[in-house]
Parts: sequence; structure tokens; C-alpha cells
Amino acid sequence: MGASETRQAIETVFRIERARLIAGLARLVRDVGLAEELAQDALVVALTEWPKTGVPANPGAWLMAAARRRAIDAIRHGKMRALKHGQIARELEGACDTAEAVEAAMDDDLGDELLGLIFTSCHPVLSAEARTALTLRIIGGLTTDEIARAFLSSEPTIAQRIVRAKKTIGKAGLSFAVPRGAERVARLSSVLEVVYLIFNEGYAATAGDDLVRPGLCQEAQRLGRMLAGLMPGDAEVFGLLALMEIQASRLKARTGPDGALIPLTEQNRARWDHLLIRRGLEALARAEALGGADGPYALQAALAACHARARSPAETDWPRIAALYDRLRAVMPSPVVDLNRAIAHSMAYGPETGLRLLHEIAGAPALRSYAPLPAARGDFLFRCGRLSEARAEFEAAAKLTRNTREAAFLRARADACQIAHPPTHAEK
Amino acid sequence: MRVMVFVKATGDSEKGAPPTPEAMKAMGRFNAELHNAGILLMAEGLQPTSKAKRVAFEGPGRMVIDGPFAETRELVAGFWLWEVKDMDEAVAWVKRCPNPMPGPSEIEIRPLFEMAEIEAWLPPEVLEKGADRVQRWEALHAQEAAAAKTTALDVDL
Amino acid sequence: MRVMVIVKATEDTEKGIPPTPEAMEAMHRYGEAVAAAGIALVDGAGLLNSSQGKRIAFDGAKVTVIDGPFAETRELIAGYSVWEVKNMEEALAWAKRWPNPPSGQSEIEIRPLFEWQPTDETFAERVL
Repeated sequence: MGASETRQAIETVFRIERARLIAGLARLVRDVGLAEELAQDALVVALTEWPKTGVPANPGAWLMAAARRRAIDAIRHGKMRALKHGQIARELEGACDTAEAVEAAMDDDLGDELLGLIFTSCHPVLSAEARTALTLRIIGGLTTDEIARAFLSSEPTIAQRIVRAKKTIGKAGLSFAVPRGAERVARLSSVLEVVYLIFNEGYAATAGDDLVRPGLCQEAQRLGRMLAGLMPGDAEVFGLLALMEIQASRLKARTGPDGALIPLTEQNRARWDHLLIRRGLEALARAEALGGADGPYALQAALAACHARARSPAETDWPRIAALYDRLRAVMPSPVVDLNRAIAHSMAYGPETGLRLLHEIAGAPALRSYAPLPAARGDFLFRCGRLSEARAEFEAAAKLTRNTREAAFLRARADACQIAHPPTHAEK
Repeated sequence: MRVMVFVKATGDSEKGAPPTPEAMKAMGRFNAELHNAGILLMAEGLQPTSKAKRVAFEGPGRMVIDGPFAETRELVAGFWLWEVKDMDEAVAWVKRCPNPMPGPSEIEIRPLFEMAEIEAWLPPEVLEKGADRVQRWEALHAQEAAAAKTTALDVDL
Repeated sequence: MRVMVIVKATEDTEKGIPPTPEAMEAMHRYGEAVAAAGIALVDGAGLLNSSQGKRIAFDGAKVTVIDGPFAETRELIAGYSVWEVKNMEEALAWAKRWPNPPSGQSEIEIRPLFEWQPTDETFAERVL
């Protein structure tokens, strides 16, 4: 093996170990930035030693021991003011710094430390943007440049955001421990929110040329799977994982050859990833077995699962979807959920039902400039044979949308109202 | 990228000898690490070829051959499917795998074809059908508008 | 039961020669027929040829990385599927209908999988 190959192999091993290493160090020194520096120092030592000795059998323990030795050195030379705190210094010096001792200690609460770091990087004291950037950096191991490109920002902006996030965490004096009890539930929703935010940015990119960014979805799925491994008893963790796996199964079918977004009912289902669908269904079953069938993520996953199980749009179990929306609006009330519920009910029980449900939510302020509302009403009216009213709705919807493809589609539907002669009840 | 990582068979795996408790434990730990790293998509063991069959194709001819198959070096004993960033990551993980067999053994790593590569092979007519479909959707006739049934937006859930 | 259907490599697959459009269409129709018969496709994919692959050899504590390509084509896999079938006979019946190119030679191997029991020590819990 040439020298450069060895370097690459060592850096790859480090990449695999990095998050856990930082987690263990952060717990010790109570500072994320410092933990990162110490981890980096350990890498430097590894790059010097491992070409001679080979990669050790337990690289994580080796790196941790090396990082601890560096920290102790730095204290002794008065270099790390952050570590002057006597107790931390004593903890560092007191514990053995051989790889074997570290390995033994690590076996006990390795998972706990990483989970603690995840909870910390997703702490609600940080903005959603900051949580996302910090999590992708210290848990996902993405470079600031990769994060900047993913979110169409600049590298300096992201770097600044991460620096400020670490300072905020430091000032807040967070303990890096895994929260328990009632606090855990609240903090967990913050973690899941970050992961799903990352996923959605990849699934339905809000800006840029690419409509989907599969790499970001994969990053979120990886985080979701990690969480499922670390929290095997938490139903909503599996609910979110299920939702992401099933949605990700459609990524390759979601865009057409010309880059246009293809809606669910038009997608070529042969391009759906069956492995991901199966994994998603299993995760959903797990969420339900844990008693979390009515969690918001589990319900959204159940909705996605209904589509995933249908081999064609005609085989879609719309009554089941309608019933799921009934449950979802109870736990995740929102006008958009209500709108989708109306659509599902119209599919299951007819356009008149859809119109009635739309009437109930028509006044919602959030829906005032929301194109899908008049678009849905237009569709229901069309199916009832009320063509001139349908046309007005489609035209109104076309004016509201900022998406040019959508506008074209809606205008075409408006035009179709003039020439269409759908069978009325009398003709049938 | 997705890779298939498979364990080549040996005389031991073909004999159907179960692994020792220590070996099972070590492999279980390794699988748990893969699982916790979020990269494990599938992990399966294949039963020895005494339970297997082959179908040989020659033009229109089909011949069924019952296992077991003698050439052990041609055989697979088990496989994983991993989602990794690159081949380096796959190799790094395989190096951590406890030896899957009692004696010398070999693991092979093979990247999967991405959909884009497969599509590069598709005849243009098939790809055009996809574009056609989008165009039809955008300029609906009445009958197809009725068939569309959902609104313009992605009813995604 | 689940089976792995292994498509063995040929000189052509190792050379990276893509299948003809007709072959691709035939494969596509075959996949649809398999699905329509109610056989659940768990997963399936093609593997890049062995020039893109690597082998890791274990001998005691010694670990060696060997880069592809690998010369013995008969040892190589070009693609795989995992099917959920009623029994081997069903798997065999469908495997025989594999759309082999008219002038080609190829081989498929069908391997039943070990089914994990909840008590298996190899996984602490069902892998997700």
C-alpha cells in the first residue's frame, strides 16, 4: 500500500469514528468545539502511527485514548483554559488512558454519549437552521462546504452559523446528557424535526436547479436509522424512519426526464425502490407495535404506506387514507392536513363529500393564498359536472401558484371545462 | 452509493456446519455496529448449495441442475447491502468484519448500478414515453382530466 | 420463503457491454410478469463489473485488500434479486422464464435464505 492510500484509509476510518469520538470527548470537556479539536489532534497522531502499526482492532478506543492524552498534555502545559475547571481535569487525569481501559469504559455508555450529543446539537435553544447545520457537521460529518452546497448557502455563512451555535450551547451550559422523562419527549420532537427538515430539503428542494437531492435524503435516512438503533423503544423515531424510507423509495420516480416533478398518481411505480418500501413498512410495524400508531410521524408514514402498497393508482385504498387523515388532524391539526383530508374523502366517497369538507375549512387564513385549495375545489366541482364554477376555481388557483408548471397545468384544466361533457347523473 | 458485500463460500459453509457461539457473537456485534451506523440495508445468509438449484440458459434451451455445486470458489455464503459514501468506506467496514469463516475466507465488494446508468441503456423511445406522459398530463383532455382525480400538487402522503 | 436469485457473470458483463434495448425491454416485461404473479420482489439490482470491485482476504488476523478485476468469470456475480416465493418450485418455474438473449449463454443460481428466528443470537433484534 502506498503512503497516500494508507492516508486515505486512515481518514476513512476516522470519518466512521468521528461522531462517537466527539460525543465521548464532549461529555468529558463539556465543549463541542474543544471536543472537535481534540478529535482532530487524535487523527493527526493516527496519521503518524497507523502507517507503521496498521489500523488498530478498535480504532475508536485508540483515538479516544490519544485524544485524552492530548487533553491532559494541554492542561499540564496550561494550554487549555477551558479545561482549567478542576473536576474535568481530574476526571481526565484520573482515568487510565490506555486503549484497553478506554475500550472497557466505552462499552458501557457509548450509545448514550452519541445520543446525548445528538440531543445537544438539536437543542431548541438553537434555531432550526443552526440545529441543522450543527447536526450535519458533528453527527453527519459533512464538511461546511458540503452543507453550504446542500442548502444553497455560502461556506462562510455556514461556518459562522456553526461557530455561533457552539457558542450558544456553551453559554447555555448544556450537560450533553440524554434527557429523561417529560423533557425527553419535548427534546425528541426537536431532534426528529431536524432530521425531517434535512430529508425534506432533499426530497422537495425549496430552491436551486435540482428538484430532488438524494444525497441529503440519504443523510437524513442514515441519521434516522442511527436514532432507531440508539432508541429502540421510541415509537415516533420509527414513525419518522418509516416515513422517510417510504418517501425515499419514490425519489427515482419523482422527476421526469425533463426534470419536471411527477406527482404521486402519475409516477411509474416500477421505479419505486422495493427494498426501501419494505424497510419502511417494517419500521411502521415497529412503531405500531410500540403503541405509537397515533403519533404524527407514524400516521404520516401510514399514509405513505397506503400508496406504497398500491401497485397502481386504481388500487389505492382511499377509504383507509381518509380514515388516517381523520386521525392525523386530531394530533397534527393544520389547514393543509384538512385540505388533504378533503381530497382523500372525495376520492373515497365522492366529490360532493369533498366539497362539503372544503366548505368547513374555506375560511382558514393560512389557506387564503394557497393554490391547492381552489385547485381541489375546482376538481371536485368538475367531477360534479359544475363546469363553469370549476373553471373559475382553476383560474383562481393558476393565479395563486408561483410554480410555472403548476400554473400551466391548472390553466389546462380550466380550458378543459369548456369542452368537457362528462356524463351527468341523468345520462348515466 | 449502494454496495453488495458478500462472503464467499468455503468447505465449512458448504458442509452446513453452524458457526461457533463466539463467531456468532462477534458477527452479531459487527452487524449491530453496521445497524447503528445507519448503513445496513440488508443482511442475509444463504443456505448451502445442497439446497440450491441452477438454471443454465443456452439460446432457447433451459436446463435445471440440482446442487450441491462442487466449485466452492464460485459460491456465495451470505451477503450484505450497505449504503456508503464511497468504496473506501465499504473497505474500511469490511476490514472490521470478524473473519466470517473458521479458516481463510474472502469478502467481495461490488457497487450496484445506479438508475441513471441503466437509463443510459434504454432506447430513446422508452425515455420519450416518459416525456409524453408528462406532456399529456399538462394538456389534459376532458376524459383524462376526470381520470386524473387529484389536484395539481403532489398528494404525497 | 425467500430466495436469492443470482445471475452469474459472463464475458460480456465483465467487459461492461450493456444489454441491447430489446433485452432491456424483455427484462422489464419479465419483472412485471413476476410481480403480477404475486411474487414479492424484495430487492434486485445489477452489479458493476469486477473492475469496480474489491476483495478482502481474511487469514487469521491478516487482512489483505485485492483490487478487481478478477479473472475467473465463473466465480463472479453480475446481478441478483431476492424474491418472496411459496417454494423452490415456484422460484424455479419463474427462473426458467428468465429472458435469456436468443444467442446467449448464462446461468442463474437460486439459493434459499436462512430465515432469522427471534431467538437467533446473530442479531439482537430484527435488523431494520
